[in-house]
Amino acid sequence: MSKDSQGSVWEVFVQSKAGKPFRHAGSVHGFDKEMALENARDLYTRRSEGTALWVVKTECIVASQPEDAESFFDPSDDKPYRHPTFYVMPDGAKHI
Amino acid sequence: MNNLEKYSLRVADSSWILGCRLAEYSSNGPFLEEDLAITNVGLDHIGFAESLYKYTAELLADGTTADDLAFKRAEHEYYNVQLVEYPNEDFAYIMARQFLFDVFQYYFLEALTDSKDETFSALAKKSLKEVTYHLRRSTQWMYRLGDGTEESHDRLQKAINHLWMYTDELFYMNDVDKDLLEKGIAVDLAKVHLEWKEKVKEVFDEATLEMPDLPKFSLKYGKDGFHTDYMGYILTEMQYLNNKYPDAKW
Repeated sequence: MSKDSQGSVWEVFVQSKAGKPFRHAGSVHGFDKEMALENARDLYTRRSEGTALWVVKTECIVASQPEDAESFFDPSDDKPYRHPTFYVMPDGAKHI
Repeated sequence: MNNLEKYSLRVADSSWILGCRLAEYSSNGPFLEEDLAITNVGLDHIGFAESLYKYTAELLADGTTADDLAFKRAEHEYYNVQLVEYPNEDFAYIMARQFLFDVFQYYFLEALTDSKDETFSALAKKSLKEVTYHLRRSTQWMYRLGDGTEESHDRLQKAINHLWMYTDELFYMNDVDKDLLEKGIAVDLAKVHLEWKEKVKEVFDEATLEMPDLPKFSLKYGKDGFHTDYMGYILTEMQYLNNKYPDAKW
């Protein structure tokens, strides 16, 4: 837990409606998971933004480092064949 | 004013005064998230009160508006319970006041959903969702503070002991209650009292808090228009703008 008086930082993920992916909305302070969830509800869903919430302690997230960006992400830049753009889409498939 | 109008006004008044107390706390919360959450609860109360003031104004049908009811009455014409007048002494007092009232309002609204008055029943259904959340929040704070550090426990217990004297009024039924209960409109507060006691005891046990065993203190109640010294101050502040600039619009 951080040493300031506001508790740990938690990342908030909001699902706009059932079946949609949870999207990162921001962060909140909370001393425990229940408080983090309630604070997230009060801060990020007060204007009907969501129907489900996740909160996860920021320290539990494993993040890639900026200095790794070249080796992580650049190699995919010249591999257009990984995009399925050479296929002809059937007329009925609208959401691919 | 008939009993239905009085009842509607009274239920509105308790939420209105509590909402104003919580609004007064805005920007003074212990940290940003809590500050926002508690004022959110206050807004729910003000919204509920507004609906009931509108309904009361409709019943009165004499040109009185919801704003008139909220802002233009004298102290003895407000019928809120005295508990909600209590000042924002500190966070323990705020949360204790909130919890004791939330439990009451939860069971009160649950019963009011069966009222023969359709407006009461519809408003109760809508508000019950909000109050379920208020109660969840204040219950968590009872656990956190009660079963937290020695200091948080002692301060919360002190607040509960002090506020306890205002709780018997929550279940006091005057002639308005008795008349409307017979008509299937009002809530039987004796039943709410049992549910309230059981819930408060359950949460206090879990939170390692003591349920005070104190005699009744109040001889006169807010429901009859008698208030604590704190009421005059909060009304003065609330009504200031309208006293200074009557019917100001912007």
